[in-house]
Amino acid sequence: MDYKGRVWKFGDNIDTDVIFPSQYMLLPTIEEMKVHTFEPLVANFHEKVRPGDMILGGENFGGGSSREQAPSVLKAVGITCIIAKSFARIFYRNAINIGLLAIVCNCYDEVHEGDVLSVDLAWQIIEVEGSELRFGFKSFPPHVTQMVAAGGLIEYINGSGR
Amino acid sequence: MAMTLAEKILARKALKKEVAPGELVTVAVDHTMTYDLFCPSVVEAFKEMGFKQVWNPNKIAIIFDHLVPAKNAKEVEHFKVSLAFARAQGITKVHQHDGICHQLLFEKGYSRPGDVILGTDSHTVTTGGVGAFATGIGYTEMASIWGTGEIWLKVPETLRFEIEGELAPGVSAKDLILKIIGDIGHAGATYKAMEFGGTLIGRLSVAQRLTIANMSVEAGAKAGLMAPDEKVLEHYRELGITDFPMLRPDPDAAYRSVSRYDASKLVPMVSCSPAVDNVMPLFEVAGEEVRKAFLGSCTNGRLEDIEMAASLVRGKKIHPKVEMIVTPASRTIYQQAIQSGAVAALVEAGAYVTVPACGLCSGINGGVVADGDTIISSNNRNFLGRMGGPTARVILASPASVAVSALAGKVVDPREYL
Repeated sequence: MDYKGRVWKFGDNIDTDVIFPSQYMLLPTIEEMKVHTFEPLVANFHEKVRPGDMILGGENFGGGSSREQAPSVLKAVGITCIIAKSFARIFYRNAINIGLLAIVCNCYDEVHEGDVLSVDLAWQIIEVEGSELRFGFKSFPPHVTQMVAAGGLIEYINGSGR
Repeated sequence: MAMTLAEKILARKALKKEVAPGELVTVAVDHTMTYDLFCPSVVEAFKEMGFKQVWNPNKIAIIFDHLVPAKNAKEVEHFKVSLAFARAQGITKVHQHDGICHQLLFEKGYSRPGDVILGTDSHTVTTGGVGAFATGIGYTEMASIWGTGEIWLKVPETLRFEIEGELAPGVSAKDLILKIIGDIGHAGATYKAMEFGGTLIGRLSVAQRLTIANMSVEAGAKAGLMAPDEKVLEHYRELGITDFPMLRPDPDAAYRSVSRYDASKLVPMVSCSPAVDNVMPLFEVAGEEVRKAFLGSCTNGRLEDIEMAASLVRGKKIHPKVEMIVTPASRTIYQQAIQSGAVAALVEAGAYVTVPACGLCSGINGGVVADGDTIISSNNRNFLGRMGGPTARVILASPASVAVSALAGKVVDPREYL
């Protein structure tokens, strides 16, 4: 599966309270929650983002609370893929479980906000449009690849005949 | 093969002789915990996955703590959905107003030494303090465990922390774990287990060990573990629980790193917004004005924390500019603090006590902090917007430091008040 999109670049230690502040956690739907995505950092992020956009983070992306709403609002505003130097483990697991691609890759310093990236999942390569830059990343364990392909854990369990 | 404590627990639960870091294992889950805020989402995902019956109703705890007391009808709806599901599935470990989930996992014995525990909260690592491999997950994954009783985990590498010596009066386990988080950074243990040992750990009360394990996640840890000892055994004996293994790490286990600390040199520490690893000795911010003081949370809302604060404010008055909020971590702790006179001392000094729950720490209810104000707090996080306005400043500190700073109206060193 391939992904192509424009990059939003963030720094190190982007925590879940910054991605999705806790005071909005009781809104009834992800659609209502998503308007508060990245509220402490970027005003009206949900209006500026375009479907297919990607996020590029530094170290420890998604640290903090276990709230699954953090990856869920990112998916809801149209983000298809998060690339970071490293992820906090609960966020990483939550993202994969809801079918949002999370890739560990060391392209941070050479990719700029607004760059367009192509992610080739099968060949584990990220390319920067209009440049010669190419970055590799590690493959996922087989059952995680299947889960991502299925669209998330719910779809994976439904398809596994349990 | 020699194994760390995390490896021993995971090997046992994966029915393997040994496991090594990096290995993916599927383990049987001993107990799960989910709370009011996320329970309806777990229930929904459980149904979407096509499950009809939970794998074992006796291994599921549903605890109301983030939304207690409910402040509007929408929050009550979370309780109703959770209670209806529990009733339909025969889940009886339901606590509607008994305290914070992590404290109850310990207090009620739902989490035992050697267990694999999964909870829908990052601070599920807390009962690593009694030797459980306990960690946090999201609600979709919890639904999968409710259906199947198992989870896949990557065996983490282990960072060992050897802590020798004794803590000076006025210095506590909170100061120690803040120091360690400051040293390794808030991704210093990501995907890894932290294992704490050395002569100090044996000297600490179980409550203080839980404080250390609780905050291991602030360094990114998957689990924060300590081998159980006689003090831990005693707690479970009182609950009539004796059927667990006393696992210990092997002396020649392979660690990613071993760090040594001399606890006798430790001074009161603080962590200042915007990140938990922004740690410094308290004297660096001494004199800074505070408008609020919070004593509570799954980190430091236990009886000895409340009694420590009470002993420092007894017969004195909290600074008139300071609002001091005390939130016991459980109903049992609240009762004990009433009986011991700690609650009276705190209230007479000018603090107020709220219902045992997450309270201010969750940032959802209970006295949130205004922009521009500073709070000194015994909880675990100081991210922007965590406890109120995005420019509220949160200084994390020990219960003793919180209490004396509330008296002074500014950050002060508890050792000057002993």
